[in-house]
Amino acid sequence: MTAQTVDTAVPAKEKARRPTAWQLLMNNKLAAAGFYVISAIVLIALLSPILPLPDPNATAPADRLKPIFSEGHLLGTDQLGRDLLARLIWGTRVSLLVGVSASLIAAFFGSLIGLVAGYAGGRSDNLIMRGIDMLMAFPYILLALAIVAALGPGLLNALYAIAIVNIPFFARNVRGITLGLSRREFVDAARLSGKSHVAIVLTEILPNVLPIIVITMSTTVGWMILETAGLSFLGLGAQPPQADLGSMLGQGRSLLFTNPMVSIIPGIMVFLIVMSINLLGDGVRDALDPRLRAGALSRPMAVTRIDRRSVPEPAKGDDDAALVVAELETSFETTRGPEPAVKGISFHVRKGECLGLIGESGSGKSVTALSLLGLVASPPGVITNGSARIEGRGVLGLSESEISSFRGGKVSYVFQDPLTTLHPLFTIGDQVAEAVRAHQPASRSDAYAKAVELLKTVRIPDPEARASAYPHELSGGQRQRVGIAMALANDPDIIIADEPTTALDVTVQAEILRLLQVLREERGLALLFITHDFGVVAEICDRVAVMRFGEIVEAGDTATVLGNPQHDYTKRLIACVPKPGQGRAFLDAVRKLPARDKGARRT
Amino acid sequence: MAAYIAKRLLAAIPVLLGLSVIVFLIMAMIPGDPATAILGSYATPENVEKLNRDLGLDKSLPQQYLIWLGNIVQGDFGRSYALNRPVLDEVLERFSATLILAGTALILCTVFGLLAGIVSAVRQFGWTDRIVTFFVLIGISIPSFFLGLLLILFFAVQLRWFPASGMFAIYGGGDLPDLLYHLVLPATTLAAVATGVVARLTRTSMLEVLRQDYIRTARAKGLSERKVIYVHALKAAMVSVVPVIGLQAGFVLGGAVYIETVFQWPGIGAMLVKAISTRDLLLVQGGVLFVAAAYVFVNLVADVIQSMLDPRLKT
Repeated sequence: MTAQTVDTAVPAKEKARRPTAWQLLMNNKLAAAGFYVISAIVLIALLSPILPLPDPNATAPADRLKPIFSEGHLLGTDQLGRDLLARLIWGTRVSLLVGVSASLIAAFFGSLIGLVAGYAGGRSDNLIMRGIDMLMAFPYILLALAIVAALGPGLLNALYAIAIVNIPFFARNVRGITLGLSRREFVDAARLSGKSHVAIVLTEILPNVLPIIVITMSTTVGWMILETAGLSFLGLGAQPPQADLGSMLGQGRSLLFTNPMVSIIPGIMVFLIVMSINLLGDGVRDALDPRLRAGALSRPMAVTRIDRRSVPEPAKGDDDAALVVAELETSFETTRGPEPAVKGISFHVRKGECLGLIGESGSGKSVTALSLLGLVASPPGVITNGSARIEGRGVLGLSESEISSFRGGKVSYVFQDPLTTLHPLFTIGDQVAEAVRAHQPASRSDAYAKAVELLKTVRIPDPEARASAYPHELSGGQRQRVGIAMALANDPDIIIADEPTTALDVTVQAEILRLLQVLREERGLALLFITHDFGVVAEICDRVAVMRFGEIVEAGDTATVLGNPQHDYTKRLIACVPKPGQGRAFLDAVRKLPARDKGARRT
Repeated sequence: MAAYIAKRLLAAIPVLLGLSVIVFLIMAMIPGDPATAILGSYATPENVEKLNRDLGLDKSLPQQYLIWLGNIVQGDFGRSYALNRPVLDEVLERFSATLILAGTALILCTVFGLLAGIVSAVRQFGWTDRIVTFFVLIGISIPSFFLGLLLILFFAVQLRWFPASGMFAIYGGGDLPDLLYHLVLPATTLAAVATGVVARLTRTSMLEVLRQDYIRTARAKGLSERKVIYVHALKAAMVSVVPVIGLQAGFVLGGAVYIETVFQWPGIGAMLVKAISTRDLLLVQGGVLFVAAAYVFVNLVADVIQSMLDPRLKT
């Protein structure tokens, strides 16, 4: 992942068009460096017949073992008095030729096998891939050795051996893609139009598979050069007087203690070739596969970065509320600079009260919720303005450990889609117990007992047994209950529920909502409830705030807003709750509202 | 768990059979007549024919395979004609030396690869990350046999810290400290590439896992960042790292061929190279089968560990 350390941010002036793969490659400094180094080496190797070099095989016993920088022998001479520079360049030529040929052979046969297996599918696919898996069950170098053992030592045999052991990599990669492609509509269309199988594979599938072949080649050719050099080093590849870098290294080894340069020089060359190819290969892969684009994977920090223009005081009369948010603005860093997703919103939630935050996907409601305790992934998130106060204490800008004591303590979250929000590799009992132990000085067994208790509270049947289940063994509704149990672990004052029922079916949804209501009444906690469904708001919220494009467009008592919506957008959202017998009128009511602003981002 | 392990063991049998078929076929591909190769080109036709019959070469290929497999199952790998002793004895003796070397290298690459990968993911884009990335790049690009030579030059010839070759001192050696002393350079060399690969993959997996929703949940619970990274993220990342460590076992076992040659380590790799140049094919065959079987076994262990980490795989 070397390439990821490189800043590949596209210069601002190029924002209008997407950079080509080549530009991406050259923007990656390491890949560009690799490209220049390998190009120079290849060029010199190609030009070796016309360069003014002495004959690499001309022995001169009088001139044996001259040191480097000797007159007439820039890199010195070997034990037979042969010029090392000439041998190095000619050896590089042989090594490159063998490596590239092996890679082409492996790519050709491997891709062929992959295409046939993937296109044929079914039993022939199964049979072929089993054979390929068998080959891969060998340690790579060992298989090459066995083949060389059978064919006998020699450069050409080493080439075949290296090519053969690399075939499985191509076959596997190409087969995977082909299998997917051959089920696609355009392939069906070609079949129906009467094209032959060969024509379909060559004209429809192959062009789509080429990038994978190129990526696989660019990542394996370095290995192939390395491995052929290795076989030659062992004396199983190039045989004298022919020399490649590996055999030069191998023969120089006997002089290691007296004249180390004879083996170090070819060693450095192999290293340079392989490293530059690796760098270039990483770059090619990143450029062709945008998912792996350098920098795309960056680690979110423990707390969202904060860079506020101002820290506003709460409005009068809000002082006693459980949660007060003032002029909150959260942005995401993009190549065009920070773009706000939440644009200066203010609201409060009192003890025992439920505030509904409603809006469609991308309106900024989840980002709002996550911002309160710095849980917005950062990078790219930044809190650019505003304040959030919990029981009178500003929480934005607290240190990591202080904010951690709020998280899951006074304030807890219930997330949407508990399949991805629960850790798949820990039992639910352990996960709930961990939440307990994060804020209470409880022993492991006490915490676990408390966890079982909590699972009972959220009405998970047979909690003792269920506690040792993993998330994937539970139903969606049960997983959501686990999420709620985790949120209740430390008797929070505030629960922030981010679409806790969206992933559930209607009956389960009703149960979860009832559960939240009961808990709120029993424990007097403040509930910030995020949803896109006015039906849910009507059922449980005292007040509601409507969000659109990162702003609150309307707020008030649920009954008032529902009964007499002021903003067009609110009216539409209300209309989205279908009523029986409404018919066509429903479709008219939910017709697209003209966008006032350019597209909002996903939350 | 026991049922799962039993299932995996059963599944390994066809793989082992497949390996034996491939090894058998490669050896059957050998051009020329083995009897002539053994007896030399001046052998009488009668002697060649007799030897062919003795070796079972007058039978069909599948018959030959079955006889050959039957012998191997009974522990009869044939005789090495160059060493004039049973292949099995020689292979077993050599194999223990290779296991010591490769096992140490595997442990080194796991420990250092994981550490480097985690550190560089946690300090992403920081100096530690850059330094790790730099060494990883060198590690995966440098030919291991060249690295071995460099280490010998520097640590054995220049500094005289470690011996340049062998497994034990010729005089007065043979105990564990002596073995470890001789093990340092070859094991480090052998582990270098694998460490790079493991570090790279650990870094990527950690970064990928740290973006998952359940990591946000862990933070939302108020867990310390240490717990989030070293318990929640690491466990999830290990699921994809463990099989790669299994693959490194193959790399380390195969790479032993170079390292044992460079450091004159009396293992199976050095034996193979020698056997190939003396055309001692039964020895090659036995050695290859043994190492390949060991590799299958290591991957089986990796599979089991992975399923212990991830309960979703245990079905």
